[in-house]
Amino acid sequence: MSHNTLLVFEVTILVLAIFLGFEVISKVPTLLHTPLMSGTNAIHGIVVVGAMLVLGSPHKGVFGWVVGFLAVVLGSANVVGGFVVTDRMLEMFKKREQPKADDASTDGKSAE
Amino acid sequence: MSTNLANLLYLITIVTFILALRFLSNPAHARRGNQIGALGMLLAVIVTWIKTGGTSWWALALAMVIGGGFGAVAARRVKMTAMPQMVALFNGVGGGAAALIALAELHKILPDPGRPKLDISTAIVLSGLIGAISFSGSMVAFAKLQELIQGRPITYPGQKFVNLALLAACVGVGVTLVSGVQDEWLLWVVISGAALFGVLFVLPIGGADMPVVISLLNAFTGLAVAVGGFELENNVLIVSGMLVGASGTLLTLLMSRAMNRSIANVLFGAFGQVSPQAAAAAAATDGGTVRSASAEDVAVMLAYAHKIVFVPGYGLAVAQAQHDVRQLADLLEQKGVEVSYAIHPVAGRMPGHMNVLLAEANVPYPQLKEMDEANPEFARTDVAVVVGANDVVNPDARNNQGSPIYGMPILNVDNAGAVVVLKRSMNPGFAGIENPLFYNPKTVMLFGDAKDSITKLIADVKSL
Repeated sequence: MSHNTLLVFEVTILVLAIFLGFEVISKVPTLLHTPLMSGTNAIHGIVVVGAMLVLGSPHKGVFGWVVGFLAVVLGSANVVGGFVVTDRMLEMFKKREQPKADDASTDGKSAE
Repeated sequence: MSTNLANLLYLITIVTFILALRFLSNPAHARRGNQIGALGMLLAVIVTWIKTGGTSWWALALAMVIGGGFGAVAARRVKMTAMPQMVALFNGVGGGAAALIALAELHKILPDPGRPKLDISTAIVLSGLIGAISFSGSMVAFAKLQELIQGRPITYPGQKFVNLALLAACVGVGVTLVSGVQDEWLLWVVISGAALFGVLFVLPIGGADMPVVISLLNAFTGLAVAVGGFELENNVLIVSGMLVGASGTLLTLLMSRAMNRSIANVLFGAFGQVSPQAAAAAAATDGGTVRSASAEDVAVMLAYAHKIVFVPGYGLAVAQAQHDVRQLADLLEQKGVEVSYAIHPVAGRMPGHMNVLLAEANVPYPQLKEMDEANPEFARTDVAVVVGANDVVNPDARNNQGSPIYGMPILNVDNAGAVVVLKRSMNPGFAGIENPLFYNPKTVMLFGDAKDSITKLIADVKSL
């Protein structure tokens, strides 16, 4: 693929991703704003892939080595920290859902 | 691994991220959504690992262990109350990584003969610029929330002009670089200037608005990552970064709407500065008296009430008093008192923060009332117990046009028969504004750490 063909293709998917990003979270309850922010924060940890490509490329020289290494450290912290923090937040919601389910089941029994 | 196979596998990662976002918008599936996203991320990392074909594999492994280890330990150890600053921190490092990639890429392409391609150099400048703003801005947000620096807005005359000039200068240097002046130090200038801009941009924003700012910086990092994808010609970076850029922008708008403020007002309003009218109003309230009560008095009030509403705020979170509040509520329920909790959408330091904390204490879900549901109830409530909340119950938001929070929807606790405010001292709250509720004749104050006060109340209610 020539460079310009590739560029046009990349711009196309970029624009589609903008619309998808808006569409996919259009209806989100207030109580999930914080976990959703944290979740998107984990997703942009994908930057670690870019960092790995820099550090893992041949002929990078000392400069590329040092900068790439730092970038992988930062990117990995973003990924792991982001997903773990989000999971801890959502763990709480799971607990909260349970009493509701229990209530429903006991209601069902009493109705019988 | 062939490029085509790698790109197909990256496509799976992209799909998992879209599913993750979809699921995260729904309370029932949110956690699974996050796990799906994490699996997709793992796949992308493995594919990339194979792609590098073993080059510097030990350096890659070491860097991932250091970064991942730090992230895991920091995220595990942090208390639920400190979650917002953790999000800021992890967002900042992501932005930093994007800026570093820009530096490395420019360094790599510059020795090549001829001009670097226009789109590549533009991408390098943009991701360096945005990544650096996100990095330093997030660090300031982290420092403010961690109370390493003061949370109040820091302002000086001509601030907006200085910020604008600095940003324009960075963009100008960036354009010089793109237009063909092949000097690496130009990118260093752009990145340092942008980092300085990030600091100056966040400093004048008050602590209470930090969640909105973090959300915006989150979108910035997403954008920087997407642009980074152009440098590396990597689809997964472009799509995932832009997904976060777009959804993060929408989330920022939703959050500022929950506070009934425009995004411009949040970013440039230096919220929490005392306007002359508000100061005058505050002076007027100084004439009123504050009634303080003992725990015994309050315990009697609570035990003989029919209906009590707890209004939790950040003070409850700081004191880690959520378990004690639930214990007190259980005790009162045994005595036949009807108990519920009124949750303001922005109580705590992030929207949804209070729901998370009370869920941690196993508060039954049906007792949690959102603001719209809770407000009509106050008229038939005997006692509203405000635990460490301040701005979200400030009647000035309804009545005082000079108040910086005028227009923000609040919980109308002053409609209840009586109001008990648990508070450490008379210091103004997070946003630094006076609260006339405390001078209301219906209100009694119970001073002290929220946890201690609640523990005393539990003992006193038991002994009744």
